[in-house]
Amino acid sequence: MIALVWRELRRAWSSGGLVFPVAFFLLVAILFPFAVGPDGRLLARIGGGVIWAAALLAALLPVERLVAPDAESGVLDQLVVRGHSDAEIAAAKMLGHWLGFGPALLVASCVAAALLQVPGAVLGTILLALAIGTPGLAALGVATAALVAGLRGAGALAGLVMLPFAVPLLIFGAGASAGAPGALKLLAAISLVLVAGCPFVAGAAMRMGRG
Amino acid sequence: MNPGLAFDDVTCLRGGRILFEGLRFALGPGEAGLVLGPNGVGKSSLIRIAAGLLAPLGGRVTGSGARALLAEAAALDAERTLANALAFWAGLDGRRGAVAEALAAVGLAEIAAVPVRLLSTGQRRRAAFARVLASGAPVWLLDEPANGLDSASIAMLEARIAEHRAAGGIALIATHQPIALPGAQAIAL
Repeated sequence: MIALVWRELRRAWSSGGLVFPVAFFLLVAILFPFAVGPDGRLLARIGGGVIWAAALLAALLPVERLVAPDAESGVLDQLVVRGHSDAEIAAAKMLGHWLGFGPALLVASCVAAALLQVPGAVLGTILLALAIGTPGLAALGVATAALVAGLRGAGALAGLVMLPFAVPLLIFGAGASAGAPGALKLLAAISLVLVAGCPFVAGAAMRMGRG
Repeated sequence: MNPGLAFDDVTCLRGGRILFEGLRFALGPGEAGLVLGPNGVGKSSLIRIAAGLLAPLGGRVTGSGARALLAEAAALDAERTLANALAFWAGLDGRRGAVAEALAAVGLAEIAAVPVRLLSTGQRRRAAFARVLASGAPVWLLDEPANGLDSASIAMLEARIAEHRAAGGIALIATHQPIALPGAQAIAL
């Protein structure tokens, strides 16, 4: 299991999987001040929501390389022959995917928060909410990747599949960032459901793909 | 426990079509099965069923001992060196030390430090076979192992399979190219 997680992390690093989502995340965050104008109060108010929307898009970016290359190159087959269950493989991919972009995203959020003039006290809540919510995003990403693996136009399809399911994370994540009471707990609940359920969804999808 | 692999009345359905039905055979220690038949008759499906990757429509596959699969895809990370890519799998099998020996056995020891993406078709095939060797599994499932190999490499392949059988291993081989397998059980589809 550790070897699988490590392999995922290594693949994320070697394919620029760390740099691209973080750069993309920062770029989206930078676009907003240009789009809505340099009004500091307004930016500070929408800052939390912007950071969450940007995080969502950044998590979507590496989805295509999470499962499809391994299904194609026979890596999944070899793992199954060695007695690893599909859910276990998916769980390892989720952990590796999160380690690849989660912590880096937290660091980048500090930069984004500064660009959006989000006050320091709010930044703490945003970071906490991201730390709770990004594992859910990673889980959703791997499940989506497994579902669309091998299909034509997988990248665009991944967005259509993943984004609706990410709406609860976005609502409670942005809500928690805005200081709504109880939002953090609901965010944690949603994230937990995704982390617990997605390995089985992704595992079933990979099993079907082998068919 | 002795390794074994047995098909009992196995039926395979692919894409709404019955590829083969009522297939029976049993392989014991030192035995080999040679799956023969024209393209598209279900040779690869048979290997995948034996590997547990495909569920048969009917019948049972029983066996004991770890299985090692050589399929069409090499399953080696393209950007890593040959030795490292093989070491990942050998590590999962708990036999990291077996990589160098396996590479030498397939004649790829000199290019162990070359990235997998630079290998030729035949070299890639031999590299995938090295993974089977390094796994130490008693049951080998080889799908077209001679594809892309030159005659010297095919001789190497035959020698390795003979050694494996002499040591009590089992080999189930699907091929459309002639491979010398003395005393092998022919499984015609």
